[in-house]
Amino acid sequence: MIKFNINDIEVEVEPGCTVLEAARQYGIEIPTLCYHEAVAPSGACRLCMVELKDGDWSKLVASCIYPAAEGINVYTETERVQNVRNWIFQMLLAQCPASVEIKTLAKKYGVTSSRFSIENPDEECMVCGLCTRACEEIVGLSAISMVDRGVYKKVGAPFMQPTDVCVACGCCVTICPTGAMRSYIDSVRSVRSVTLTPLAL
Amino acid sequence: MTNENTALNTKINSGRLNSHEDLNALRQQIIDKHDPTKLEVLVCHGTGCIANGSMEVSETFKKICETSGIDVKIKPNIKTTGCQGFCSRGPLVLINPQGIFYQRVKPKDVEEIIQKTIINNEPVERLLYKDPKTGEPIKTENEIPFYNLQERIVLHNIGKIDPTDINDKIAAGGYQALAKALTTMTPKDVVTEITKSGLRGRGGAGFPTGRKWQGALKAVDKKGGPVYVVVNGDEGDPGAFMDCAIMEGDPHAVLEGLILGAYALGSNNGYLYIRAEYPLAVKHLEMAMAQARELGLLGENILNSGFSFDARINRGAGAFVCGESTALFTSIEGKAGTPRPKYVRSVEEGLWGRPTVLNNVETWANVPLIIDKGADWYSKLGVLNNTGTKVFCLVGKVNNVGLVEVPMGTPLSKIVEDIGGGVPNGKPFKAVQTGGPSGGCIPYKLKDLAVDFDSLTKAGAMMGSGAMIVMDDRDCVVDVALYFLRFLEEESCGKCIPCRLGLSRMKEILDTFSHGKGSEKDIDDLISLAKAIQDGALCALGTSAPNPCLTTIKFFKEEYLAHINEQRCPAGVCKDLITYSIDPDACTGCGSCARHCPQNCISGEKKKVHVIDTQNCIRCGICMDTCKFDAVQVN
Ligand SMILES: Cc1cc2nc3c(=O)[nH]c(=O)nc-3n(C[C@H](O)[C@H](O)[C@H](O)COP(=O)(O)O)c2cc1C
Ligand code: SF4
Ligand code: SF4
Ligand code: SF4
Ligand code: FES
Ligand code: FES
Repeated sequence: MIKFNINDIEVEVEPGCTVLEAARQYGIEIPTLCYHEAVAPSGACRLCMVELKDGDWSKLVASCIYPAAEGINVYTETERVQNVRNWIFQMLLAQCPASVEIKTLAKKYGVTSSRFSIENPDEECMVCGLCTRACEEIVGLSAISMVDRGVYKKVGAPFMQPTDVCVACGCCVTICPTGAMRSYIDSVRSVRSVTLTPLAL
Repeated sequence: MTNENTALNTKINSGRLNSHEDLNALRQQIIDKHDPTKLEVLVCHGTGCIANGSMEVSETFKKICETSGIDVKIKPNIKTTGCQGFCSRGPLVLINPQGIFYQRVKPKDVEEIIQKTIINNEPVERLLYKDPKTGEPIKTENEIPFYNLQERIVLHNIGKIDPTDINDKIAAGGYQALAKALTTMTPKDVVTEITKSGLRGRGGAGFPTGRKWQGALKAVDKKGGPVYVVVNGDEGDPGAFMDCAIMEGDPHAVLEGLILGAYALGSNNGYLYIRAEYPLAVKHLEMAMAQARELGLLGENILNSGFSFDARINRGAGAFVCGESTALFTSIEGKAGTPRPKYVRSVEEGLWGRPTVLNNVETWANVPLIIDKGADWYSKLGVLNNTGTKVFCLVGKVNNVGLVEVPMGTPLSKIVEDIGGGVPNGKPFKAVQTGGPSGGCIPYKLKDLAVDFDSLTKAGAMMGSGAMIVMDDRDCVVDVALYFLRFLEEESCGKCIPCRLGLSRMKEILDTFSHGKGSEKDIDDLISLAKAIQDGALCALGTSAPNPCLTTIKFFKEEYLAHINEQRCPAGVCKDLITYSIDPDACTGCGSCARHCPQNCISGEKKKVHVIDTQNCIRCGICMDTCKFDAVQVN
């Protein structure tokens, strides 16, 4: 077992556990968006940042990936942590203003408005890639993937066309943390017309 | 690059080398074949000089030497070399053994050089470099301050040897360090020597190379082999070309360093990751590897020592982020080059999940020097904890643009003013951007700052890979910060939110400043957002991206305030805050501005004072650039 401290509370977890998993076991809240137990963590949203301290030394790490280690001191509510969170929420509120989920979570952490301009008032997707990881790792299809890079990065089926590969299982819709997939799925799956042929007995 | 002296080389008997003695014998044979009195014409075929037409120059030399019936006794060897360093003076031609340095050589000058210098042993005065202070011509390279104030150890052979010919390298002492290590040192000795030398990674972060190697050895102890060695030749910083120059000009230095590292670490496989925009570097390294293999210096059973190692080249597609270690590994593995989100060190879990040592081109090129001359010699160069030299690319508003190598800890002013010859307009420089887009802007008032890893980091800048962009009073710091943010926004892989969205949002705030809007609170917001990106981003592209902006705010806050509070851009760059006008006293009415203005908004009669219609002016500044009488002013 590994013993370490979160917010000066001693916790004890199995080896291989991440800091986030440990915190959740002990009921310590850390906000997350791109994390889901069912798929490998990708460290994309950076909302789960926590501060590691050792004397004068300190560093921010993503708790959903950082492995729990003996004797480390983790803090979840320091000024630096809150600063990162605050800006991420402000940026998300401007980037995907239509997402109710983001609004709710941001509000919980005290962020209700953003200083940034809104480009697309209907946008819901935060480009976290959770849907594509679910489609790949859980469903095993990779019907959708992340295309392009940088500011142009987005989710899409090949050539941004509806695809037959998608079985319309809805896994991506369920896992999407912002609600974007609810409507976006219609541009991914192709409408199947099924013709039943009578069995030749 | 084909050379005259390859004809000579074919006469050299060079089969597989099986010992240090074989290597020495070959070296002696090459040196003996070389007639020390014979003249050598070294034409720079570095990227800069080629762009300025040096290929035509070397062709002309060859043609005239072939056809003019020059006496065989004086017929020179014509060699093409890598970057000779003083790129802004290119095309460069060096005549050895005298060391006569000719600059800005055109094909039409070749005839005269041959007549005067080659045949009659006298210089062509008009092609010599003139001392900018006295105007006196300087005859040899060694007398030129740009060169003699440097300490060229990594660059020592570059511009002197033919990079496509392994014999040239062997004559210059190539592979001596490798032979020495294989015959007299254990792998552990090599690691100890590198550790003792104090060498730190030249790729930017300055991580102690010896410690990195030891870390990999520990990981191998724990999980077993294989272990990989990798060259990072992705060099993507705007303004940086030192790794390119090293790979193009002395490819064997990188290769020998890599083989030594492989020996030290017990690695049998290596990779050279080189950006595809460097085709000449790829070509020269491919040739170097083929020639080394033929001589038994690479491949199976190197120098009959029982140690085998081979390497292959991977071409990067030119994404800046692929220079980041984990993105580079994923790229070599054939996946999209994005950084891995894991908290494990590459020495434990690098390429293919195996222990891996990734070092920068220049770092590898230092390794043979250390093994050859010893850690004690090396650690005396530079300053405490920052040993050795560093190669910089001096670019921007500086007289002497080129490759500069100085000991670590050299004062900034020595590099920019003494070696670089200062700013063209004669005024003091305004700032120097070190470390490219991840680095920072160092103001003139810190001109005595020691240029080494620790001092630069303390000043909020970064060594980075070694680009040094010099700025003068016509460079606006807000514009500079915007420039680097735009670059990084384009280069962000987009995986994590602080970088993908944060950089655009920093840009959004800075943009308001360049339009003369915003408030001091916005500067505070900008700093706070920058800190969130530094703390929150996944890889070092993001965490270092705010550096240029933060250092410009730290050192040039008044200039930011001038934009915000007075709607004034002191450098005269931000288009919304400037107007162009013509000084009636200086205008000669030549009409050049009016002819070049894309808006046709300059009017005036011939030989009379011209006027700009500021309503229609788009503030492109073309008029200012074309006016020979400095009559166009910016307010
Ligand atoms: C965005 C980014 C780009 C980088 N580009 C390069 C590069 O082009 N060349 C390089 O040697 N190192 C580059 N690095 C640093 C490498 O990640 C790594 O630290 C270095 O290659 C290690 O070698 P060294 O210890 O010899 O410096 C880059 C790092 C980042 C974060
Ligand atoms: S609904 Fe389609 S895209 Fe979504 S997870 Fe299922 S198969 Fe993949
Ligand atoms: S659709 Fe949802 S899960 Fe997929 S990238 Fe967008 S926000 Fe993330
Ligand atoms: S910091 Fe930028 S480049 Fe690095 S992983 Fe995040 S988005 Fe990609
Ligand atoms: S939850 Fe950890 S980075 Fe998104
Ligand atoms: S390219 Fe010729 S001197 Fe640099």
